[in-house]
Amino acid sequence: MIARTTRAACAAVLGLAAAAFALAPGAARAQAYPARPITVVVPFAAGGPTDTVARLVAESMTKTLGQQVIVENVGGAGGTRGAGQVAKAAPDGYTLLLHHIGQATAPSLYRKLPYKVTDFETAGLITAVPMTLIAKPGYEPKTIADVIAYVKANKDKVTYGNAGVGSASHLCGMLFMSAVGTQLTTVPYQGTGPAMNDLVGGQIDLMCDQTTNTTGQIKGGKVKAYAVTTKDRVKSLADLPTMEEGGLKGFEVAVWHGLYAPKGTSPEIVAKLNAALGVALEDPKVVARFADLGTEPEPKDRRSPEFHKTYLTAEVAKWKPVIEAAGVYAD
Amino acid sequence: MELLDNLALGFSVALSLQNILYCFVGVLLGTLIGVLPGLGPIATIAMLLPITFGLPPVSALIMLAGIYYGAQYGGSTTAILINLPGESSSVVTAIDGHQMARQGRAGAALATAALGSFFAGTVATFLLALFAPPLADLALKFGPPEYFALMVLGLVASVTLASGSVVKALAMIVLGLLLGLSGQDIYTGVPRLTFEVDELADGFDFVALAMGMFGIGEIIRNLEDESQRSLVAAKVKSLMLTKDEFKQIIAPVLRGTILGSFLGILPGGGAMLSSFAAYSIEKKVSRTPMRFGRGAIEGVAGPESANNAGAQTSFIPMLTLGIPSNPVMALMIGALIIQGITPGPNVVTDKPDLFWGVIASMWIGNFMLVLLNLPLIGLWVRLLTVPYHVMYPAIIAFCCIGVYSVNNNTFDVYTMALFGVLGYALVKLDCEPAPLLLGFVIGPMLEEYLRRAMLISRGDPMVFITRPISATLLLLAAVALVMVLLPAVRKTREEAFKE
Repeated sequence: MIARTTRAACAAVLGLAAAAFALAPGAARAQAYPARPITVVVPFAAGGPTDTVARLVAESMTKTLGQQVIVENVGGAGGTRGAGQVAKAAPDGYTLLLHHIGQATAPSLYRKLPYKVTDFETAGLITAVPMTLIAKPGYEPKTIADVIAYVKANKDKVTYGNAGVGSASHLCGMLFMSAVGTQLTTVPYQGTGPAMNDLVGGQIDLMCDQTTNTTGQIKGGKVKAYAVTTKDRVKSLADLPTMEEGGLKGFEVAVWHGLYAPKGTSPEIVAKLNAALGVALEDPKVVARFADLGTEPEPKDRRSPEFHKTYLTAEVAKWKPVIEAAGVYAD
Repeated sequence: MELLDNLALGFSVALSLQNILYCFVGVLLGTLIGVLPGLGPIATIAMLLPITFGLPPVSALIMLAGIYYGAQYGGSTTAILINLPGESSSVVTAIDGHQMARQGRAGAALATAALGSFFAGTVATFLLALFAPPLADLALKFGPPEYFALMVLGLVASVTLASGSVVKALAMIVLGLLLGLSGQDIYTGVPRLTFEVDELADGFDFVALAMGMFGIGEIIRNLEDESQRSLVAAKVKSLMLTKDEFKQIIAPVLRGTILGSFLGILPGGGAMLSSFAAYSIEKKVSRTPMRFGRGAIEGVAGPESANNAGAQTSFIPMLTLGIPSNPVMALMIGALIIQGITPGPNVVTDKPDLFWGVIASMWIGNFMLVLLNLPLIGLWVRLLTVPYHVMYPAIIAFCCIGVYSVNNNTFDVYTMALFGVLGYALVKLDCEPAPLLLGFVIGPMLEEYLRRAMLISRGDPMVFITRPISATLLLLAAVALVMVLLPAVRKTREEAFKE
């Protein structure tokens, strides 16, 4: 017990020392990368799903790279503040960005984005967290097919909650409405917490959010779950059909996460980061925690920086028409 | 007796050597960051997250929880001593607490805060143990119309925060509402009143605003007058409460505890609203309301009990439903997820050691806090004798660090400086900053809930009246409005006749 405490205290002291060292600019630049701690900017608040993914991966990467990988939360403006900060950072591999699907949707959501998606080097995909379509407890429709029919017939009565403009739940809702071909009353909240509160309390009807946020409520029977939004069923929620099984052909959305470095970072550094990320995605602890979150590491054939780049471009193109059709902008 | 078994389990977990240690580390850290202006539990818990990875989940949560409610104890210290509320919930404590300090009664004010918080923490912990699931269900009955009605009531009550002119208090509330409007509209994403400044996309930061208006404004004012530069004008009297003072605080502590326990369950600012509400109630029920704002001990006892009770009961939605009621709870959920526990309704049954262990640790933590804080009072009071030219640069430095740590953004530090100047100007004009801050907090929520309620009801305003809880709250607000305005109208008439 005491040993563990001492270790935690040591970790704290080391962390502080590392932070102090990080403040000395240009120290030991000539040495092999990484010569000093690496900061991974998460453009959302600490404790959220993206932060959780980042901290799990960072812990493992710290072991592989032999340098502290520190997670720094720079929230605000739907993730664009943190991303913008990294876009302008020195391309030396010591300031990185870990962002989710918002990296691909921001260019369409924000008309005055202070940076471009091309301002980053892609360092690899991490995980694609599935989403679930859920409803308030006791909601009438029984299956996903029923929901689709019900929504079409009663579009004036159905309310859809989301965690705010540009959030994953907002994106999933837009895609769902465009797939069903109807517009529902959208009720935005500031974050998933209050939205979930109103869903469990029966104030709103439907919501689609990451398994990270919904699995506890689904298993506890506090909400009604209809479907998962991935191509295949999700292991941790095996009873739930996919949206496609429910009749929405080609409906697929997942909150995918990727690691980025500022544009101009050398390919060697990117390769080193990608390799360390690959080790993290094989780390049994990371795999186990991802499973708790209802997700899995990206399969090996989707882990290269090149695949990440192609995928990012494809996602930007996929969301542009959906967002433009919905006519919502975040600025 | 299932409850006794559960509590026995809880205490067996919480009383292990390791967990007592983490509980102590948590409350000690909480007290420290509460005392340091600006540095709040959110920044601290975020910094400590990586350390909790190596701990067992129960120990991690016990420590993080300790930081949170420990900060509620510590936050009142700077509010009382140097008129600098470090937490939103200690804004009202500053009103009468600092006046008490200026009269040499800092010890009594600090003791009141510590004892009131301990009593409230104990009661709220038992409420948590006995009624957590039904209380969580009650919180779920609160939909957007109910919250809107609650905010209206809060806004009406905020007029009583001012001890001076009602007209000036109203002006301050409106100014606060206006400042609160700045930032992105959450329903459409349209930026409002941001003047093309990117940093204003999320509006002004509360901590920067509060510390500027109170802390920096107060420093400028103290510096202008040579003779008033010492923090306490009068001699420091006894450090403990007198028998009379003790009798005086019993009823306010009880009222604050009940109010705070209830409002704390409600997600979204409930815990903070409770301290404002407790102050309003104390002033209303007092036979001598004119003492408020001039060092009334009830004005410290009620709000301090309320905010600590609220901090404790705000764990209810998180522990029973897995729904975070404020950003600190969201962080704790994040910590649990990293530990491999998905917070949700099943935690109570699947992980009884976690649920009951944390509850038991809260009582132990509160006990430690009162043991820790009472002896510290002497030390804090002695701090007041430090010459002001040594104190104020230190205060400013801590304010800057604290404000910066909230969002890691230098813009917030400039914001604080700007509002410091505004705060000074307002003091000169005899306008009080507390109603402004309440307007700033309530304004955006009022709008958010109103528009959400209207969205869900499809534009039918009857929803506020047909729902019983909302109708009752609005009725209370109407009664409160009449009660607030009547004496004011009479007074103005009397004044008019005098002339």
